Amino acid sequence: MTVLLGASGSGKSSLLRLLCRLADPDEGVVRFRGTDVRELDPLELRRRACLVPQLPAPIEGTVAENVAYGPGLVGRTVDTAAFLELAGLNGSFGDRRPERLSVGEQQRVMLARALALEPETLLLDEPTAALDESSRGGVERTLAQLAGEGRASMLLVTHERAQADRLADRVITLADGRISG
Amino acid sequence: MTSIDVSLGEVALALVLVALAAGVSLWRRADLERDLGLAVLRSFLQLTAVGYVIQAVFESDSLWVVVGLLSAMVALGTFTARGRARAVPGALPALGLALGAAAAVTLGLVLALGVFEPEPRYLVPVGGMVIGNAMTAAAVALNRLADEMSSRARQIEATLALGATSRQATAGLVTRSLRSAMIPLVDQTKTTGLITFPGIMVGMLLAGAEPIDAVRLQLVILWILLGAVALASLIATSLGLRGFFTAAHQLREPPNP
Repeated sequence: MTVLLGASGSGKSSLLRLLCRLADPDEGVVRFRGTDVRELDPLELRRRACLVPQLPAPIEGTVAENVAYGPGLVGRTVDTAAFLELAGLNGSFGDRRPERLSVGEQQRVMLARALALEPETLLLDEPTAALDESSRGGVERTLAQLAGEGRASMLLVTHERAQADRLADRVITLADGRISG
Repeated sequence: MTSIDVSLGEVALALVLVALAAGVSLWRRADLERDLGLAVLRSFLQLTAVGYVIQAVFESDSLWVVVGLLSAMVALGTFTARGRARAVPGALPALGLALGAAAAVTLGLVLALGVFEPEPRYLVPVGGMVIGNAMTAAAVALNRLADEMSSRARQIEATLALGATSRQATAGLVTRSLRSAMIPLVDQTKTTGLITFPGIMVGMLLAGAEPIDAVRLQLVILWILLGAVALASLIATSLGLRGFFTAAHQLREPPNP
């Protein structure tokens, strides 16, 4: 797992959005696995490099519908319970409404629906920023386990040096939009 | 049909009721006296001017003059509706097309079906109502669309991040905008005759028409307006939505973190 470390406003989240082309740079080129992202189909790219946003933002519907949404867009059906379990949630969560869950559980739903796309890379934007300490530890363990299993390469953004030390194989430090270490 | 004569003196007598309104405003300190005065003056000048314009159009008996007049109404309606849809990028062409298409398609259809004769005395008032209702509906639709886009920006971007197109990521919100634009007229049509007497019917009854004739014409108009409002809202929301996204399915205005 690669961790992008930097203070808020240092450009970490923007970098993730550039990588999956939710935004385009004013100048310069962004490459994903060697290819200029502008040469790729943006929808296809977002399935290959899937962003998990900082705050949970589920679609309307049940937890299972959220997990099935992304694959459903390309006509695939998936075992939603399996992906919920990968994200550390019991399969019985499927019938519940995300907005009734705790923020920590919602964040796991966001992780499960990204995993359901079986992306090559997960882009994790401060995935534990909105969580209390106990749920943060749980989500970190889940992420470490997923990284260990080699399910997807992971690029995680954080402002917390300690979190970077706990999770990272490699730390890239950003300051004012530039790599400083 | 007998016609009805109203002298200027009789019009002036109706000002007694405006005086009543001004009295209420003064008494309850609603501070609306100046607005009331302005409203009376503007309604008098605007309607009198329009009366002469319509008379001239009727006398010209030329369909080209009618088309010119309706086009001017579409242009005016477009700019008026844009005032309520400033938060929608590219609202002006979207509204122009919505109003123009609503007017052209609905009037074209009723002419093709032979509901009305292609004469100025039908096309001008019906066209005016179609454009007016389309304007209100398109403005409501875009206003709601902009509100929804800004309150749900985070959710929309998170959905785009799963590989959804801009249209897929906003499906529910476009439907809600369309509904909010159409519901007032649908409800008005449901309760027509029970709670309100629609204007055309009132006008025809006052002018001495048979009630059943007045009712039939009113039904035709109401049903035409339903079609026009649906079409205008659909075009306004479909085109309005495009302004919020780039071709690569990105939000032009990224959500606040």
